[in-house]
Amino acid sequence: MKKINFIKYIPLYFVISGVVIGVGLFSLIKWGLRPAVDFVGGTLVEIKIIPNDSLPIAEENIRASLSMDGIEADRIQSAGDGWMIRTKNEEEDVQKRIVDSLSTSLGEAKVVRLESVGPTLGKELLKKTVMAIILASVGILLYVAYRFGGSKYGICADIAMLHDSLVLIGSFALFGHLWGIEVDTLFVTAVLTILSFSVHDTIVVYDRIRESLRRYPKENYEEIVNRATNETLGRSINNSLTIIFMLLALTVLGGQTIKPFALALLVGTVTGTYSSTFTAAPLLVIWNRIEKLKRRK
Amino acid sequence: MNRSITIKRFWLIIFLVGISALIGLPKNLPIKFNIGPWKFDQKISSPEIDWKLGPWKFSRNLDIKKGLDLSGGTQLVLQAKMDQIPEADRAVALESAQTVISRRIDLYGVSETLIQTSRSGGNYRMIVELPGVTDTEKAKQLIGQTAKLEFKEPDPTTVIDGKATGSAAVYQEIFSMKLTDLTGQDLKKAEVKFDQKSGEPVVGLIFTPEGQKKFAEITRRNVGRKVGIFLDEMPITVPVVQTPILDGQAIISGGFTTEAAKQLVVNLNAGALPVDLEVVSQTQIGATLGVDSVSKSIKAGLVGLSIVALFMIVVYRKLGLIADIALVIYGLITLAVYKLVPITLSLPGIAGFLLSIGMATDANILIFERTKEELRKGLKLSAAVELGFGRAWDSIKDANATTLLTAFILYNPFDWSFLNTSGMVRGFALTLTIGIIISLFTGIFVSRTLIRLFYVK
Repeated sequence: MKKINFIKYIPLYFVISGVVIGVGLFSLIKWGLRPAVDFVGGTLVEIKIIPNDSLPIAEENIRASLSMDGIEADRIQSAGDGWMIRTKNEEEDVQKRIVDSLSTSLGEAKVVRLESVGPTLGKELLKKTVMAIILASVGILLYVAYRFGGSKYGICADIAMLHDSLVLIGSFALFGHLWGIEVDTLFVTAVLTILSFSVHDTIVVYDRIRESLRRYPKENYEEIVNRATNETLGRSINNSLTIIFMLLALTVLGGQTIKPFALALLVGTVTGTYSSTFTAAPLLVIWNRIEKLKRRK
Repeated sequence: MNRSITIKRFWLIIFLVGISALIGLPKNLPIKFNIGPWKFDQKISSPEIDWKLGPWKFSRNLDIKKGLDLSGGTQLVLQAKMDQIPEADRAVALESAQTVISRRIDLYGVSETLIQTSRSGGNYRMIVELPGVTDTEKAKQLIGQTAKLEFKEPDPTTVIDGKATGSAAVYQEIFSMKLTDLTGQDLKKAEVKFDQKSGEPVVGLIFTPEGQKKFAEITRRNVGRKVGIFLDEMPITVPVVQTPILDGQAIISGGFTTEAAKQLVVNLNAGALPVDLEVVSQTQIGATLGVDSVSKSIKAGLVGLSIVALFMIVVYRKLGLIADIALVIYGLITLAVYKLVPITLSLPGIAGFLLSIGMATDANILIFERTKEELRKGLKLSAAVELGFGRAWDSIKDANATTLLTAFILYNPFDWSFLNTSGMVRGFALTLTIGIIISLFTGIFVSRTLIRLFYVK
């Protein structure tokens, strides 16, 4: 197999990562994430309407009908053959009022799915979620540090992990703006899963670097990293491809409710694969160069 | 490696596959076909398990349990208002409320309901799952009501019809009782006690000062007669008053088992420590949406699986084919485990399962790539394969350790109150964990045995 000189293009990888994360951060700051009802409270109703031919079923008409009955809809979105209506309202009878309102003005309405969360529960969930993310990152950090017996590998693997979470969170800020995708408990679950995936791939590359270091102690560090990256690239890609195939199938063919979750896992897997080869390994090289510079001084 | 051991392992795998296939079979699988003059028409069905071994019972009907999001239904999270109830009695009060609600739901005729209580910080909550119920208003009415405990005494104005005998007479006697002014509010607490002489379990009632007076009146009026205690209009016990009770501390005795005494105490406390429940979250999934989700997930799974299988064959040829066989075995074993545990499958759970299929090939790919590498170095096939398995193990171990760690945090097995206990997240974590463990088994043990037997020779 032809050997690629990875080291040569390090600046390019960082530019690519920079652009992707930059766009994500921009979206995050400009538009923020769209929290789902389970975090901020409110009601989400998915409704099917059998038209009675008086009015076409369209967003404006739904909104108008609801506001006539004193329900302010934050978002109205068509979903498959139904409509998703979200409101800040979380009183117990809100879905009944929505159904009554739409049934009178547009045609018989039926609730397909309902999610209603009180504000206290949402806040509590948010707290627990942050806790889980902290716990998982610390756990993974400790594990990597322990396995590689050194701060260099541990820290670089963690930066790659941070890279992946930024890409994932940033892209969901963008998706939220473009397609109204919301961030819910399952999204957080996806982030946590991706944290472990990210390290998963990175460990494979680092393992090989360590092994080569032992076998060729005299060789140049950058040369070793380059070879390890070359050697692990094939399996890293093949590995992720099988996961990506499954997730892609689920994102495209899966049900409405599971799509955002599958998409989050998919984005995370892609960036996780990219980062182990193009972020985690180059970071080691950079770290090594800085160390050398310091020694020379 | 000793060939006879490999063959033994192979039989072990065949055995496991056979068992898993038997368990994994659909409930009823009609098979009909004709070969020439022979007609074959039979129903194959998965067995029901019902084992007893001393005190241990193990019975499974081997259906896949579907979560609410797949079966359709309603989930309510209720928060208990506990400010009126002394701190020490709160757990008891919640338990009593749970019993009351589960009885109301049973009477309403909903099957396979799930009622859990949880404590998060100072919040006492109850999570009620009602499969198949989409009338949330009705459900909330049933559940949201506060339990009502009432004491009744015989009504001297009703004439008991002397003709009724046996249970009909008892029925008439009980339901003709009239209300007294004593209610659950006057009862401080009920508890299980043990009779000092006989050691039998009895139920002790402690009244409030107000209740003490009312109860004294009632018992004085009714010595030798029955007094009925009703919860939500249903009689829970009808003791006979032996002597007037003036000190506000009554004992109900009468050959209780400890279990029955506890049950009565829970019911009494439901009235003594009434808990107002407030709906803090509700989820409702229509039945059609559930069916739709199942069929879409199956489709997505089959398509994904086919692509993965094809990919493995294209890239790794014969080795890939073996990995695919291992993958099918993986699927069978996983299905059997889901049915045996049993695992309630939800949409995120299915996602976890599909994800783990992708990851199941992971170990194989690591091994095959390593094998290819060793082959390139000029090693013999058998040596290359063995080295591939040996060297890849380190990476496989590390790589899966972090995923297991995350799954652990997501599942929160010790119910730490600072972490999430959401059913959805747990479903995902559980199927992912099971997937990883089984995939390590099939990816390494099964595929190594198959390769030794059919590929290396």
